[in-house]
Amino acid sequence: MSIDTHTLAVTPREAQAPALGLRARLVGVGFWADGLPSWEAARAFAAEGAQPEAAPGKPSPQLLPPNERRRAPESVAVALQVALAACEAAGRSPATLPSVFASTHGDLAITDAICATLAEDPRAMSPTRFHNSVHNAAAGYWTIGAGCMAAATAISAYDASFAQGLIEAAAQLAEGAEAVLLVGYDTRATGPLLSVHVCNGLLGGALVLVRDGADAVDAAAGPRLDLQLLDGDGPAPLGALSARSADNAMAPMLPLFDALATGADEALLKAGPGRLLRVRLGQVTAVHD
Amino acid sequence: MRRPGSAGTARAVDGGRRAGVLAYTSRLAFGPGHRGFRVSSAPSNASSSAAASPARIAPLAVSACTVTTALGRGLAAQAEALRAGRSGLRRNDFGEGRAGEQRLETWIGRVDGLEEAALPAEWARWDCRNNRLAWLALQQDGMAERVAALRARYGAERVALVIGTSTSSIGASEEAYTRLDAPSDGAAHAAFPADLRRAILHTPHSLGDFLQAATGLRGPAVTVATACSSSAKVFAQAARLIHAGVVDAALVGGIDTLCGSILFGFNALGLVSQERCRPFDARRDGLSLGEAGGYAILERTHAAPEAPAWLLGYGESSDAHHMSSPHPEGLGAQQAMAAALARGGVAPAEVGYLNLHGTATPANDSVEAKAVRALFPSDASGDGLHASSTKAWVGHTLGAAGIVESAFALLALQHGWLPGMPGSEQPDPDCGPQIGFAGVAREVRYVMNNSFGFGGNNCSLLFGRAQA
Repeated sequence: MSIDTHTLAVTPREAQAPALGLRARLVGVGFWADGLPSWEAARAFAAEGAQPEAAPGKPSPQLLPPNERRRAPESVAVALQVALAACEAAGRSPATLPSVFASTHGDLAITDAICATLAEDPRAMSPTRFHNSVHNAAAGYWTIGAGCMAAATAISAYDASFAQGLIEAAAQLAEGAEAVLLVGYDTRATGPLLSVHVCNGLLGGALVLVRDGADAVDAAAGPRLDLQLLDGDGPAPLGALSARSADNAMAPMLPLFDALATGADEALLKAGPGRLLRVRLGQVTAVHD
Repeated sequence: MRRPGSAGTARAVDGGRRAGVLAYTSRLAFGPGHRGFRVSSAPSNASSSAAASPARIAPLAVSACTVTTALGRGLAAQAEALRAGRSGLRRNDFGEGRAGEQRLETWIGRVDGLEEAALPAEWARWDCRNNRLAWLALQQDGMAERVAALRARYGAERVALVIGTSTSSIGASEEAYTRLDAPSDGAAHAAFPADLRRAILHTPHSLGDFLQAATGLRGPAVTVATACSSSAKVFAQAARLIHAGVVDAALVGGIDTLCGSILFGFNALGLVSQERCRPFDARRDGLSLGEAGGYAILERTHAAPEAPAWLLGYGESSDAHHMSSPHPEGLGAQQAMAAALARGGVAPAEVGYLNLHGTATPANDSVEAKAVRALFPSDASGDGLHASSTKAWVGHTLGAAGIVESAFALLALQHGWLPGMPGSEQPDPDCGPQIGFAGVAREVRYVMNNSFGFGGNNCSLLFGRAQA
């Protein structure tokens, strides 16, 4: 069963699907794609196709000290870049937020290097490369750089990674967290991994989400997100950001960023085999009390 | 459910807006004494936020559990070996080709029979050592039948799959690099051999994707990969999904298998012992690696009145200290344990058994011993907390450690046998009386499990007997 995004026709199955009961308010966005180094640039591109004339070639995550910033793996650099940008946009301290880091593959260049070393000379493994190879490397560097002792997690769900991260982030809000940081990122494939993965460029997106109606943040608040799991495989994404970075493994997050950039009222994200996460984007109404 | 501490902190920071955030981060990035990623002490606002006690949660039934380790397949094999004092560690015999030529002098917890246990034909596209162990473990203790019954009872969409791993099926990627095909015309790089040219094998969600197909579950399905805390954190994530009403039940667990990355990676960090690991022994000099897989089912307590045990609480924290060394005072570990106790409404003095992370590296164990001493009373009568590491039984099973050691804690709860630490004899000076070197027969009401991972990623779980 698939869903037509043009009309968003409600299928019988969908009509019966209960809402997850998960919702959140969006208070900050961070974004990086090669040539679009910020959420402002991404919005301008989505709205009018404008590209910055001189965009930095790679992220420069200010949370890391300069020497570490240069040496950071690309996955860590892009994740920390967008995470800090989202916190700044939200006016939130990185030191206080629990975080969810979603990545399809982690860092493919490190996987490539480690597998090549193991095939040639296993005892020559680099210790730094090894500890940077864990899927939670970006989460680790983030909490260390931010001095954040709150919970951090790192997940993958293949092309559903961002949707599953969004569900976990919203579940943390439902559990009682006042705000949570969600980061999605993937990096380029290198070496023989190119024969199994199509993954190009650097792509990262981050959201700071707060509990709906949690407190008086409405002045800065963006839309309310309502989450609903549906059956369906979904159509090819149509948005400008989706089309531009279609060959990065985190591209399945982009329908949400396209919807946010263009003011659409919903987005469909891949949520697993035959499953979709519908994210309804409601504008904020006045908060009572 | 509101956490006054964190809300208060957030408001204070909001008052500062952008400038506040930037000033704060630049202090961290450029401040004196900040070398590499070693942060000498956590900022006070961070620790106060994370230290704020979480609200008590409703318990969840642990209605089924199974693990397969170097001790054998299924719970009975674990219980028998733990009671008999039989470690599953053996001299390292893992690895072929270059990895075999350079084989490390160490001991490992290897699961027998995986080489001959190819996946059934319908799952052949996922076939690899890690998914074989996932399948093998699923067949023990009737777990596959329990999952099928769960699916029938609640509906496939109402059951989540939250599964942990550290390296997933990277062993298959490692193998591909040992027999690459020459670059095809125009290609810059050699290619994976045809039999391993399956994208899903070479990505962390290989495990979750296989299990989702093999179980037919259609609720949220996710692979958690926070290194050695992975399959403890799955309990927390699944509990959130059930409490939020997203699902009615969850299959949780973790699988990790031996591979070159972890053997030679931990060796590169100087953390692998040449002997059987000796947790909390003053002479300990590193870990023994292992492989394991296991599962548990979580449901609401009223829906599973036969369940023997409940998940009462969980606590998650970050050290904010170093990628591969623990916080020197174990502050993150203490916060994780304290949060688990707070969610369960259980006092430290009520906990009878704690399965420690206890990797037997010099740094981990002294820090964890300090954290335990700081949090739990020392009972001179000998009836207080018995805390032990079971790494000398099965090795450090990394992303499976959370499920394996939760299962060991649940066995202690069920059978009243609190495991000791074979081979560990001389207590580290940091060990308090809570650390138990010899196994003890004693009925306990509450048990805990600690799992700590790289990146300073901590998770503690609290279980208790089901109440009428």
